[in-house]
Amino acid sequence: MSKIGLIIGREYFTRVKKKSFLITTILVPAVIIAFYAVIIAIGAKGSTEKQKIAVVDQSGLLADSKAANNKDYTIIKNESETSFVKKYQAQGYEAFLYIPKVNLDTPHGIVLHSESTVSFATTEAIRNIIDQNIEAKRLSASGIDPAKYQQIKSDVKIETTIDTKDGGKKGNIYVAYGVSYGCGILIYMMMIIYGTQVMRGVTEEKTNRIAEVVVSSVKPFELMMGKIIGIGAVGLTQFAIWILLIFGISQVFPMLAPDTTILSGIMQGLSSLPVGRIILYFLVYFVGGYLTYASLFAAVGSVVSEDQQEAQQLMFPILMPIILGFVIMSKAVNDPNSSLAVFGSLFPLTSPIVMMGRITYSIPVWQVATSMLLLVACFLLLTWLTGKIYRTGILMYGKKPSWKEMMKWAFRSNT
Amino acid sequence: MNLLEVKNVKKYFATQKAVDDISFTIEKGSIFGLLGPNGAGKTSLLRMITGIFYQDSGEINFQGKPFRALEDAGNIGYMPEERGLYKKMKIGEQAIYLARLKGLSKTQATEKVKEWFAKFEMQSWWNKKVEDLSKGMSQKLQFVTTVLHEPSLIILDEPFSGLDPVNANLIKDEIFKLAKNGSTIIFSTHRMEQVEEICDHIILLNKGKKILDGTIKSVKQEFKENIYELGAATLAEHLMTHIFEVVKHQPDRILLKLMYDTTPNDVLQYFLHKNVAINSFNEVMPSLNDIFIRLVEGTDAARQFQQIS
Repeated sequence: MSKIGLIIGREYFTRVKKKSFLITTILVPAVIIAFYAVIIAIGAKGSTEKQKIAVVDQSGLLADSKAANNKDYTIIKNESETSFVKKYQAQGYEAFLYIPKVNLDTPHGIVLHSESTVSFATTEAIRNIIDQNIEAKRLSASGIDPAKYQQIKSDVKIETTIDTKDGGKKGNIYVAYGVSYGCGILIYMMMIIYGTQVMRGVTEEKTNRIAEVVVSSVKPFELMMGKIIGIGAVGLTQFAIWILLIFGISQVFPMLAPDTTILSGIMQGLSSLPVGRIILYFLVYFVGGYLTYASLFAAVGSVVSEDQQEAQQLMFPILMPIILGFVIMSKAVNDPNSSLAVFGSLFPLTSPIVMMGRITYSIPVWQVATSMLLLVACFLLLTWLTGKIYRTGILMYGKKPSWKEMMKWAFRSNT
Repeated sequence: MNLLEVKNVKKYFATQKAVDDISFTIEKGSIFGLLGPNGAGKTSLLRMITGIFYQDSGEINFQGKPFRALEDAGNIGYMPEERGLYKKMKIGEQAIYLARLKGLSKTQATEKVKEWFAKFEMQSWWNKKVEDLSKGMSQKLQFVTTVLHEPSLIILDEPFSGLDPVNANLIKDEIFKLAKNGSTIIFSTHRMEQVEEICDHIILLNKGKKILDGTIKSVKQEFKENIYELGAATLAEHLMTHIFEVVKHQPDRILLKLMYDTTPNDVLQYFLHKNVAINSFNEVMPSLNDIFIRLVEGTDAARQFQQIS
């Protein structure tokens, strides 16, 4: 049908031709990469805060160890907990660590006083130091040479190899993890961004009375599907550009920064992944998930008027399963074959996102097949129901219909 | 030949009999006025004629055949009151897009758009967006997109709202031209002076029912009240008679309502007999505005919701 083609064309070209499309296509990944780079940089640097901590040590745990020389800690002599607790702030200490006389076998009663909550990193650091000291004391009490103990302690690293027909490749679980997580986030964001675009477009057609002019020459359903498909095509175009960019960068980057170990590790990890399968699944689930949710967003767009608040209210129940999918996905990345992950990747409202969390691991074929079938079935059912809400809603003005009314529109027979 | 026949059409909503058993016919090439107070059912009726929704019962025949919205779309142009355009789309592209949706090919559409833009001196708008236009300008654009595909039925809902007199005249002339070339026009409005000027035939709706149907002339004839205006200086003692009543007395003119069996000749004779110098004498026809108010008055100003069993 040429008219639906016309509508798709309009939706597609008016968006792709905009400057903002090019800008967001290039800028969004740049911003995301910068964002993660900053997070990683901060994480790697660790905490730089230098807290001054006063220590009253009645067991001599810190007093006779190297840790005591650390400039963060100052050993206070001739004070008790009760006497010093009133003074440490005045003397310029931010925290006050009190170690009573403890039994090495059951050390407790150690208290850290401070004027405000002490950071997790600080308590962890203090705990580590005390643990080390107690361990050392226990070792010497049992007559074990600490050097010997270090020899006995084991710290094994496991290399992963993924075996394919072409022979084994060195894998990198962190890269696999990152790719899964990244795909999940991407689908999650894209569904919300493009879904809202569909909703806004529908509301625009409704409030500007365009629907009234156009509906006499095309069926409302064609108008809705034309918009959904056109906007979806914009999303796919964006992906295509991104994939080309990534491919281009991965070709150019090694030349610019040759032989960085981390980078080559990442490259190696990437090449060990089933890239073709990942891209295929990603596209299938993006299209399926987008179509499923877009029809819901279109229905919301058709019942609200200019009032953005109404739209927000109605969007909430649609966003719920998307957010739920995101939460399950974050679990599934760690444990891809748990029953929650399997359920999430079969249930059609969450499967597009959750399946991404499992994408780099091997997934049983029956699960993929069932999940895709359910997704398609869900899309068809929802589009059929929302199409009817849309058809009524887009030509109604005034008050926002109640849920009951909308259900009535969705389930009544054709009029 | 009738272009459009509406027979016993009904459309009930949950709380309103929006259109309650309305029938009328529109002749090809005529300009048809659809009048009525707010909430009378005009928009509902138009929406059935444009195929936006279907009637509950009754028939709509278009060009002698039952009306099929999708097949007849190319023959109908509908201009809703204000708006009806994509704000962020370029004007030239938009006009072409809307024309193509109505079934024109790309080259036909481009040609037509250029032709109409030249006619309305809108060429410089081509790469602008609708949001850059003033209300009157977008009204003009909307008119163009409505008539571009040369529909045989053009439906205009308040086409002059927001237009200055110059542009209003421009569009009015186009309406006459379109009608002369065989297009039929339905004109829905509250502005009675425009109706008197433009329309051949009118119907008046109130509360979902048709309460008036006829040509402007016949409607006026039907509602005239036997009122005449006499241009003459008269004195109070001239007016003591049973053949007429004085409606309004001014120094140089007087409005008279003739009694049931009085003829204009009787009145003239009466004044000649009194030696009154007569400058003019003519019948005063009611304006459509008066008729509208008289018919609709007494009904509630706002339509009430009702229970439909």
